[in-house]
Amino acid sequence: MRIKNHPILDFARDREITFYYNGQEIAAYPGETIASALHAAGIRKLSTSSKHHRPRGFFCAIGNCSSCFMVVDGEPNVKTCVVEVEEGMVVEEQEGRGDLSEKM
Amino acid sequence: MKKCDLAIVGGGPAGLAAAIKAHELGLKDIYLLERDNFLGGQLVKQTHQFFGSHKQFAGTRGIDIAEIFKEKLAKREEIKVLKGAVAQGYYEDDVLGYSYNNSFYKLKPKRTILATGASEKMLAFPNNDLPGIYGAGAVQTLMNQYGIIPGEDILMVGAGNIGLIVAYQLLQAGVKVKAVIEATGSIGGYAVHASKIRRAGIPILTNHTIREAKGKEEVEGAVIQELDDDWQLVAGTARELAVDTICLAVGLTPKVDLAIQAGCQMAYVAELGGDVPVRDDCLQTSNPRVYIAGDSAGIEEATAAILEGELAAINVAQDILSDRKELIAEDKTTREKLKALRKGPVGEHVRKGLNKVRRNEDAGKDRYSRSWKG
Ligand code: FES
Repeated sequence: MRIKNHPILDFARDREITFYYNGQEIAAYPGETIASALHAAGIRKLSTSSKHHRPRGFFCAIGNCSSCFMVVDGEPNVKTCVVEVEEGMVVEEQEGRGDLSEKM
Repeated sequence: MKKCDLAIVGGGPAGLAAAIKAHELGLKDIYLLERDNFLGGQLVKQTHQFFGSHKQFAGTRGIDIAEIFKEKLAKREEIKVLKGAVAQGYYEDDVLGYSYNNSFYKLKPKRTILATGASEKMLAFPNNDLPGIYGAGAVQTLMNQYGIIPGEDILMVGAGNIGLIVAYQLLQAGVKVKAVIEATGSIGGYAVHASKIRRAGIPILTNHTIREAKGKEEVEGAVIQELDDDWQLVAGTARELAVDTICLAVGLTPKVDLAIQAGCQMAYVAELGGDVPVRDDCLQTSNPRVYIAGDSAGIEEATAAILEGELAAINVAQDILSDRKELIAEDKTTREKLKALRKGPVGEHVRKGLNKVRRNEDAGKDRYSRSWKG
């Protein structure tokens, strides 16, 4: 959920953009990170762990821990807690380790 | 490969202060590498006012301090500020590698100031990996930087200053805080913060720990239990709280990866948050080309980080510039400011930690023996 009235802070949200999460259309605002926009839409599970397939969300939100990896526009292992969401971006839940072989 | 006088890694309070001070003192060829695409580090989410005696910042909110620094930096166009530049490694020949715009670059600085900050500590309990369990810093980022609440009902673990401040910020954002729990017998944070929480009707439960998180796909609850004075669970006191979010405010640990790569002598100092580089009074490490400032050398707070950034810059300037008279005076006043900041009971812990690593040749001699240059 987005905060509308805050006693100290003002959040600029003039222009809405759309991106895709597992095929579903999600509304966001420029400047938000992928993980925070997903969170605002109620989506907290971002990937599954590689061995035990446990659900994973974000933890540190500043790019330290790698808990928030997702596949973004086909590229795996994107730290969605620091990468900003863009119009038309295709974001998918990541299963385990990302496969980079195609990119190499 | 580019050469430069000074490379600073990290654009938080320590790194920004170092860059501005170094330039003010006459260094021209400075690179500032910042991993994020914004400057200010963790200041950008700190909506509370700073306390302490430091004239410049007491009573100012962290977010406003970040703005002040950014304005000062913008006036110094000579400083090469690279946002979105991730330092990837510090090599044996004192080359700093970094990635920027999908390319890899190498830099050979005469001096490097590491100001990489800290990361949050984790706590071991069943299901601690479920979505909905966040570090206190992450909750601040989500709320104060992006304007999104982390959940509806929250349990705060840890009653130090960060736990108390973030609990209060959650209330300001309209989130229900079910309880603040603290494993020790006393509240670690300042009384002003604790009383704000209590006045809002939120219990601060000392001698309480988290046993486990409940839930399958994400957090649906938390089991808490009382501890006795020997840290043992008190039978029959476990109870479940209906929360969708668990916030861990259990401390920070310095980010020292680059320091280890640079061969800096390291020591484990609990008071400073974990493994820290051994430094002398000038903040120089055992690698004479590398200085460390701020939380990455020991957990304190932003005002100390700013002063350390300045002190490191002054000493780098002394290494590189020939005219040193003015610098010696600057060095002295900055040290005095730091000393004043760490005075009294609040700074005791930090003083103790710093004394363990300063001027101690044997500190941590067994750790990271590969890089030990003794
Ligand atoms: S949540 Fe830690 S790196 Fe993204």
